[in-house]
Amino acid sequence: MGIARPEVLVIGAGPAGLAAAIEAAEHKASVMVVDENVRAGGQLIKQTHKFFGSELHHAGIRGINIATKLVERAVHLHVSIQLHTPVVAIFEGVVVMAKEEKVLETIRPARLIIATGAIENAICFPGWTLPGVMTAGAAQTFVNIHRVRVGDRVVVVGSGNVGLIIAYQLRQAGSEIVGIVEAKPQIGGWGVHASKIRRMGIPIWLSHTVKEVRGDDRVRTVVIHQIDSNFHPIPGTEKELIADTVCLAVGMRPQVHLVEMAGGSFVYEPVLGGIVPVHNEIMETTVSGVYVAGDVAGVEEASTAIVEGQLAGLAAAYSLGKVSRPAFEERRNAYLQALEELRSGPFGDERKEAKRRIWNHYDQLKQ
Amino acid sequence: MTNLSNNKFEVTIRRCGVPSDEELVRCPGVPNTKRLHQGPVAVIECVEEIPCNVCEVSCPRGAIRIGKKITNLPMLDSQSCVGCGLCIPKCPGLAIFVVDQSGKDIDKVSIPYEFLPLPKPGQIVTALDRNGQPVCDARVERVNNDPRNDRTAVVTLLVPKGLGMKVRFFWLKGEEQDVQRE
Repeated sequence: MGIARPEVLVIGAGPAGLAAAIEAAEHKASVMVVDENVRAGGQLIKQTHKFFGSELHHAGIRGINIATKLVERAVHLHVSIQLHTPVVAIFEGVVVMAKEEKVLETIRPARLIIATGAIENAICFPGWTLPGVMTAGAAQTFVNIHRVRVGDRVVVVGSGNVGLIIAYQLRQAGSEIVGIVEAKPQIGGWGVHASKIRRMGIPIWLSHTVKEVRGDDRVRTVVIHQIDSNFHPIPGTEKELIADTVCLAVGMRPQVHLVEMAGGSFVYEPVLGGIVPVHNEIMETTVSGVYVAGDVAGVEEASTAIVEGQLAGLAAAYSLGKVSRPAFEERRNAYLQALEELRSGPFGDERKEAKRRIWNHYDQLKQ
Repeated sequence: MTNLSNNKFEVTIRRCGVPSDEELVRCPGVPNTKRLHQGPVAVIECVEEIPCNVCEVSCPRGAIRIGKKITNLPMLDSQSCVGCGLCIPKCPGLAIFVVDQSGKDIDKVSIPYEFLPLPKPGQIVTALDRNGQPVCDARVERVNNDPRNDRTAVVTLLVPKGLGMKVRFFWLKGEEQDVQRE
């Protein structure tokens, strides 16, 4: 068990982790990325749709192709990417990883960037353990990575962007989408995604939720009912839908376990997915030398994850003395400006304010 | 630039996923009736302020403007637009169409389409409106699946006169979504 010492260790090879690794490597830091999956790219490799955003940040490109670009760039910069290697613990600056899930190895990096992404939420209802009930991410893994159609008739729960996108992708894969069920009185995701679904003839039932899923061995029918403004079911509004699959797209929360083991502090910010590590604007946590980036720092989009990764990689390189102060400040300001833009508009303002509160919290804890 | 972020404007699309006629009329990416009757022109049904400016860069004639603030709605200069349709496959929201209502008996609608199999020119398909309701049969005039489209085909449909601003999707015969009947 030898202790390797890369200057920067990045946990997670998703958009944030890869962007962080690329940025740090561009400043000549030695960088290692570890990821538990067998393929780099995080959730991007399941995203077959074209991304929104600014022309400057991979917009208009399909997620899977963004992943390829990031991996190629990282490899070009001699970033070492260790796949199939989960990090199982962090003790006082020592990171323990299970190389290819077999051999435990320890690493003591000079700087640590945690980019472990998010975990999907589930909701419970009678029948939720039946085969055929799965999260949207699981369905995407089946369909877009393994090319296995999850079912013939799918009910999607949740009308956020994830729910709208999974409905679209499953329809592309040849499944019939029975409809999308949304508890809130309005659609959660962007209007253009919803319009794509609606023009295909797929209904979106607002103020509805799943009452139960019926079936002895697998999903056979899904009973939905309407709910009032207090989310209480309205009797007599039940509809029984014939379906073999239920896809849950009911939000995500930051995957913070490793940040906790590293000694981080947390705040509760529902708009960012719940319990979020306290960090400053350059993504450093309250533990000196430990950074977070992407969904683990608050659930947002791949575009914001990439820029947060760039900030974390830049900050780590700067703290290692790899970047001059003026160069650091110039790039930092450009990235902060990019985040400001990505968090603008009716969908971004809440997240922008939540991030500001987190930064203030950092300042208070550091005083 | 245009600021249309008041609540009333956004209600319809958030309520049902379909922009209302009022939302479309007020949308700076949608040309007026006069222009629609003069020949092919882009119809940008982007009614919600989201951070995206891919369309702006896609137009070789500079007819789409978003400007510095990335959440501005795209504004179409319908006099500069010639309806070439290069913007259609670029829009990640698949919210851009090209409509030509200058014909005597037919309208033409070009639609982004990401399903297989692709239709063939001459084929008759079931044309749908923004709600996914069948509107008419349509004849496929052209299928553009240029590599530069990155797998978003642009399918041009011939529809009966007057339906150019109604038809927004289609299914091949036999592929129609059957859940509406329940």
